[in-house]
Parts: sequence; C-alpha cells; structure tokens
Amino acid sequence: MSSGETGDRRLGIVGAGRVGTTIARAAIAAGYDVVISGSGPAERIALIVEVLAPGARAASTEEVVHHADLIVLAVPMHRFRDLPHSLFDGKILIDAMNYWEEIDGVDQELATAPGGTSVVVQEWFPSARVVKSLNHITYYKFDAGRRPHGAPGRIAIAAAGDDRAAVAAVMQLIDRLGFDAVDAGPLDTGLALEPNGSVFGVSYSADALSDLLSPAASSA
Amino acid sequence: MSAPELELGLDTFGYVNVDEAGQPVPADAVIRNYVEEAVLADSVGIDSFNIGEHYRPDFMDSAAHVVLATIAGRTKRIRLGTAVTVLSTQDPVRVYTNFATLDALSNGRAQLVVGRGSLTESFPLFGFDLADYEELFEEKLDLFTRLLRDQPVTWSGKFRSPLVNQYVTPALPAGHLPTWVGVGGSPQSVVRAARYGLPLMLAVIGGPPGRFAPLVELYKRALDAYGHPRLPIGMHSHGYVARTDQEAVDIQWPYWKETFEKAALERGWARPTMARFQAERADGSLYIGSPETVATKIAAMMRLLGLSRFDLAYATGRVPHQQRLATIELYGREVIPRVRELLADHPVPPIPSSHVSAGVTAQPHV
Repeated sequence: MSSGETGDRRLGIVGAGRVGTTIARAAIAAGYDVVISGSGPAERIALIVEVLAPGARAASTEEVVHHADLIVLAVPMHRFRDLPHSLFDGKILIDAMNYWEEIDGVDQELATAPGGTSVVVQEWFPSARVVKSLNHITYYKFDAGRRPHGAPGRIAIAAAGDDRAAVAAVMQLIDRLGFDAVDAGPLDTGLALEPNGSVFGVSYSADALSDLLSPAASSA
Repeated sequence: MSAPELELGLDTFGYVNVDEAGQPVPADAVIRNYVEEAVLADSVGIDSFNIGEHYRPDFMDSAAHVVLATIAGRTKRIRLGTAVTVLSTQDPVRVYTNFATLDALSNGRAQLVVGRGSLTESFPLFGFDLADYEELFEEKLDLFTRLLRDQPVTWSGKFRSPLVNQYVTPALPAGHLPTWVGVGGSPQSVVRAARYGLPLMLAVIGGPPGRFAPLVELYKRALDAYGHPRLPIGMHSHGYVARTDQEAVDIQWPYWKETFEKAALERGWARPTMARFQAERADGSLYIGSPETVATKIAAMMRLLGLSRFDLAYATGRVPHQQRLATIELYGREVIPRVRELLADHPVPPIPSSHVSAGVTAQPHV
C-alpha cells in the first residue's frame, strides 16, 4: 500500500443536489458509510436522501465534517463562500463543483482564476487539503458508468491537488467508486477539468485521459 | 387509481432558421411560420403545442402568449401551452391574466409549464438578481398557485407589492389551468413541485432517460408525504421524425451539431460528435428516426418511467420550415397513434420501489 491508501470507508458529502446524491449512491454501492448534508437542517433533505441515496444518513454539515476525513463538496458554486474558512481544516476536501455563469451569476474571481476555480476554493479554505475531482464527468455516469477494477471500457476520473497524499486518497476513492483514477498533477492544472477545459464532459479511458492531461497536450 | 390521459405534444423555441436554399429567414417570418406549424399540428391530431421562453437573437419565443392567442383563433382542438415559462422573472399576476385570457379565447385549451429556466438572460433583462434564483421561483410559484386556486388572494412577499382580498380576472371557467413544474434534475425542485401539488415535467436534453427513475420515485414519495394525490409526470426531449432513420439523421445531424457547437462555446459543454449523436439516438434522449423508431422509443421510455405526457422538441436548430412541417405531419399521423397502440398493449406500470432503492437506472429497451 502506498502512503495515501487506507481501509477507512467513511465519506462525507456536503450538498444534496443531483451531484451529491448521485455520488452518495455510488459510494454506498462501494461499501462506504456516507453522511450527507444540504443547506439547513437534516430533516429538509431526509426524504431526498432516503429515496435517492438509501443507506446514506442525512445530517447537518457540521456532522458531515465530524464523520469523515474525506469530504466531497458539491454545493452550487455560488454557495461555497457561505461556509466558514475553517470548516474543513485538516480534511481532504474534494472540490466537485463547477462554475456555471448561467447558474452562479457573473463571478469575476471564479471566471478569471488562472489556475482554475479549485485554487479559489483552496484560498477560501486555507487549511483544507483540496483536491479537484469528480467534477468533469457527466454526473449520471456515477450510476451508469461504474465498473469493477480491471473491467474493459472503464471510465477514468482525474484528481488534481498539491497535497500528494490527499490526491492518493482520492484516487483510491475513485477506484472504489468504479472508475480508473488519473493523477492530473497540482491543483492549478485543474483548469483542464473545468467547463471549457480540454477533458470536460466526455468519458475517456485512463490512457486517453492521461494523454490529454499530459504537459505536452496542454502546451500543444 | 385510473391512469391519467396520455398527452403527446410538441415544443418549439422558435429557432431562427434557414429556408430550403440555406438562406436566413427573417425573424418576423419565423414567428408566422411556427404559427403555421401549430395549425398543422392541430389538424394531424397532436395533443398540445407549447412554446418556450428565451430572449436571444436565435430564438423567437419571447412572448409565447401572444403567439398562442393567434394559434387559438386558427385551431379547434389542440392544447396551447408553454414549454417553459420562466416564472422567476415574470409577475405571476400578469402570467395569470395572460393565460386565463388565452384559456377564454381557446375555450379552455390553455396550459403551462413553469420553471426556473436553464438560460438566465431574463434576470438582467427584467431587473432581477440571479443570486435570488431560488427565492424568486419559490415566491412567484406560491403567488401563482394562490391565484389559480384561492381567489380572492391576500398575499405578501419580498419581490412585489402585497395583494389584499384581490380578485384577478378573468376567472377560469373550469376552475383550473393545467400548470406543470418543469425541472432539469434537481431533487429539491422535484420536491417543490410535489409540495405545491403540481404535475411534474422533466426537461431532458441528454443521457439515458432511465436515470430519471429515482427522481420519479422521489416525486411520488414527496406527493405522499405532503398528502397530495398521485399526479401526472411528463418529459420533454429533442427529436426529429422522417420517413426513414437515415433520412432523419441526415436532416437533423448538421443542425444539431451546429446548435450544440454554439452551446459548447457559450456554456462550456463538451463539443458535439457524431458518436455522441448516435449514442443519444440509441440509448439516450434524442428521438430521431422513422415513425416506428421514434414511437417505439417514446413508448418504452414512458412505460419505463410511468409517464403520461411526452413533448417532442421537434427539429432542433435551424431546420427549415418545410422540414419542420414534414416532421409534424409524421409525428401526428404515425408516431402518436403508434405510441398509443404500444402503450395500450403494455400499459405503463408503476415503478417498483426496489428498482430505485438499489440505485439502478434501468435502460429502456429500444
């Protein structure tokens, strides 16, 4: 086992929209103990979680953070600044959000971030171990696209982050969810994984995704 | 519970298109042309004609109620509605007066789909802040349902002046105006439709329709939780019908590609490819092909999800008027009767809960 691998199968998800609940389903199928929050009290999302992610537990965001060291952030992009700077201190925070101007409104900081929006998220949560991942495949692929390790036609998901142990942990999660994991390099390479980025919204094999994300491809 | 009546309709966004020689059609002629398309739809037995809402140079659908009123005067039977009314940026009182008047003019044929909209150009245009996206829709839906159900209305909210013991005319002779809530996949929006006791319209532009099975289950469970009866569920998707599969692909592909190339540039989506187009035809949400192909696919999807309504957003992009008329003719005369026949042979079954709780999104067998 490399340093990032772990037997821990606890996962927290902040955001109970279509992305959060879909990732929750995949994680439960992979044997994770999943706790998920929406905005506000747990009761507000209880039915959504019961129907869309049976087996997951609806909770407050504080409880989600308490539950796991690995947290998926899947709130609408314009809402992440509602969360306190210190909320995810020391946690591996998977930024699964995408900036959509037509949903999030015009946000100059996000729209022009040279290293992509996850760098802005890292600045907002300075002591979180931010990894950009789970954002670049069409969300329903988490249901329809997952395959066992080694299965032919397996889709790849990339992870970008500066904390290499955190990236390794996220890559292990990706594999357990049913996808090949590709290390995309440091956090500021995440631009390629965003809307308008070179690999966004299309399903690739690990080899194809690695090639597209290689420095040679990005400078071409 | 008796099955709700099937509704097979058409949706248009008033695409600014080209003529058969490839020359641009002036925007005013585009609007007159799709009035003719609606008149044809009525004559070939299509159940409803529904118009979108955009404020962009490539879509001529910024005042659906005006166009629908013209169509009302030239048709007898077809229901007249919206593919989506972006209620968030309209005054619900005005929406009520427009559509209650349309209902009077058309002798009870008005209906609408209300939603938050997926393109949000109406927010700055009408002076609303996109940051209030959720709150605006919630408040306006609240007022609109009150106007439909509980007149006189005493109401106050954040975004408009209060109403005190207010009647708004004209009254609805049938006592109601069919109003569906359009959703794009947000679980919270599905629960909201159930909370208001309004039927649900799923707007699906890609991916396997079976992935909506969990949301359908959520909607039913939420209706139960709020104490409402089971209500109809529908879906809107894009498609094109021609004599043969190949002809349909040949006609629709270049315009579909052009439309999604533009969307890719504007919205950051993946670029369209023939492989994706064909995959969407086969297992996804494009209803493109011969009448038999399209009817089989619609019936399978409606049965899979337990739907009673399907709206075909016919002829995506700049497809010329003559070819739009041709697809309407085939949809009305061949596709719809065949869908009804297929669904009569194997009626829409309720979705067993176990399907959904396993997180399985079954594929339609098409």
